Amino acid sequence: MEEIMCAEELSKTFTLSRKQQKIEGTRVRRKTAVDHLTFSAYRGEIFGLLGPNGAGKTTTLRMLATLIRPDSGDAVVDGSSIVSDPEGVRAKIGFLTSELKLEDFFTPNYLFDFFSRLHHVDDATAAERKERMFKRFGIDRFAEVKVANLSTGMKQKLSLVISLVHDPEIVIFDEPTNGLDVLTARTVTDYLQELRAEGKTIILSTHIFSLVERLCDRVGVVIDGRMVACGTLAEVCDGMTMEDRFFEIYKEVKGSDAE
Amino acid sequence: MKTNTVTIIKKEFARFFGDRQMLFTTVIMPGLLIYIIYSLMGSGIQKMATEGQDEVVVVKVENLPESLAPTLCALDSGIVVVEQAFGEEEVAQLEDNDVNAVLLRFPADFDGLATTYDPQSGSAVPNVEMYYNSTNNAAMRVYMAVSSMLNNYGRPFTVNVPQSEGECYDQASDESIGAMVWGKLLPMLIIMMLFSGVMSIAPSSIAGEKERGTIATLLVTPMRRDELALGKIVSLSGIALLSGVSSFIGIALSLPRMVPDSGTLAFHYGTSDYVVLLLVIFATVLIMASAVSLLSALAKDVKNAGTMVTPFMLVVMLAGLMPMFQNDLPTGIGTYLIPFYNSIEVMTAVFSHEMQWMPVAVTVASNVVYTGVAVWGLTRMFNSEKIMFSR
Repeated sequence: MEEIMCAEELSKTFTLSRKQQKIEGTRVRRKTAVDHLTFSAYRGEIFGLLGPNGAGKTTTLRMLATLIRPDSGDAVVDGSSIVSDPEGVRAKIGFLTSELKLEDFFTPNYLFDFFSRLHHVDDATAAERKERMFKRFGIDRFAEVKVANLSTGMKQKLSLVISLVHDPEIVIFDEPTNGLDVLTARTVTDYLQELRAEGKTIILSTHIFSLVERLCDRVGVVIDGRMVACGTLAEVCDGMTMEDRFFEIYKEVKGSDAE
Repeated sequence: MKTNTVTIIKKEFARFFGDRQMLFTTVIMPGLLIYIIYSLMGSGIQKMATEGQDEVVVVKVENLPESLAPTLCALDSGIVVVEQAFGEEEVAQLEDNDVNAVLLRFPADFDGLATTYDPQSGSAVPNVEMYYNSTNNAAMRVYMAVSSMLNNYGRPFTVNVPQSEGECYDQASDESIGAMVWGKLLPMLIIMMLFSGVMSIAPSSIAGEKERGTIATLLVTPMRRDELALGKIVSLSGIALLSGVSSFIGIALSLPRMVPDSGTLAFHYGTSDYVVLLLVIFATVLIMASAVSLLSALAKDVKNAGTMVTPFMLVVMLAGLMPMFQNDLPTGIGTYLIPFYNSIEVMTAVFSHEMQWMPVAVTVASNVVYTGVAVWGLTRMFNSEKIMFSR
């Protein structure tokens, strides 16, 4: 198995506002979101980061996508460091999260071409790719409709397509089915499996056990910013369902707090 | 320029020119509105000035001094000067505003009194009485002409002085009067127009993209942040420049209509003046777009950007107003390093026909350097997760 992404001791802390300190009942100014996280992803697999809300999954993925910088540690994505070569990393990944929006004013057609140019995809390849992807996701019929007038599902499918204009080897996906209707969610998960079949690597975050079981080859369980279990699905589950195993791990980590 | 920067500029232009409403409100409307409003105001002023122009006005003069007789008769082709004493009855008749008449009463031997009058003596000043009805346009016209004649003549008791004052006044050419008016008025108008152009697009392009979450989509592309910053500033400057040019054309076309005496206030400027003006306007708009972009990047949303830019706008307006209220502003070469103030100074100099190349060069060069600094600053902001992703 070829290691394509390796995160080493990634850490990230945030400063809490006074209001936030009050809400959390703490006087500590800094909150550790990600605490020395180490894990790897291999070419052609779907790796899942599983954890409850606030565990640090999204922060980890945002660091891998170079939207934010780690306080310490590093990750090497297909040979490029997220700390010293963020542009190189961004050229190799496709990143998708609900916080990334597309401008309402433009049409899918324009946006695909615009992002293709930013990724330096040549015109012929971009045109061929656009036709294929638009057809695959049913966007072709809405290619000249402004994003503002697209349905929510269509917008999400377009966001996915736009994040993949450069046919990246690594796809980083934050909560891939969050907020999607069942049909769109199915289209997305099917597509992720197609990507894996093509030899792409997918790193996703989720708190949905069934999604991990259905999609992931390997999984890392993140609680309070720390990687508490990591391995193949079979290794981590140890003969149990993902859900049961997760709560067992959770209890082990949190002790009596978990009750 | 880097390919990514060009791609960003193209996108910003596509956004702007593709939005007919935005194009209309930012580029076409300012010029059109200015033209219409100024023209309407102008035709109103013209109408007021020309009303009663052709009507004959009788000027009854008591004790007309010999020294003033020829000037008064030649003052206006519509004047009929009648040397005649008048009383209360004639004065009362003026209340009817259909009576085209002005009454003038000089003291007997006005010329003699004016020549011999000694201000130190404490004796009464020779007094000229004038009666007219200000609601009668024709009478008003004559009143103003006579007042102007008397003013030019100076106070009635100092006949010797006003002659020289009159000569002084005549020496001022039409061109220099126009230059003075334009020099004080236009830089401020240009700055205001450019600023409103920048304000109508920059906050929405940067703070708006933050607010809508579309900037994050750009930030995950391999494009470098400085390419994005440069692309934003150049495209915003270009659009703001278009808006400024539109307003400028509106002003240039309508001012001759607004100012009745277009001969005095006509533009007397050559190609080099226009080239310098365009250079300075472009340098100004660059730095304006840079500053508003920086503030917009700091802001949480478009509304917040508007609030943050307002104090800055007031400072810029103040710089624009300075030449109107102060004539002896410092003009050392160092002052041309002060952004906005330098643009105002150079524009004032161009309009006043006092342009020198050194200040122009310092102004343009310093503004380009400041824009470079702003691109660097904006790049840092695009790199700052705190600024880009804080809510």
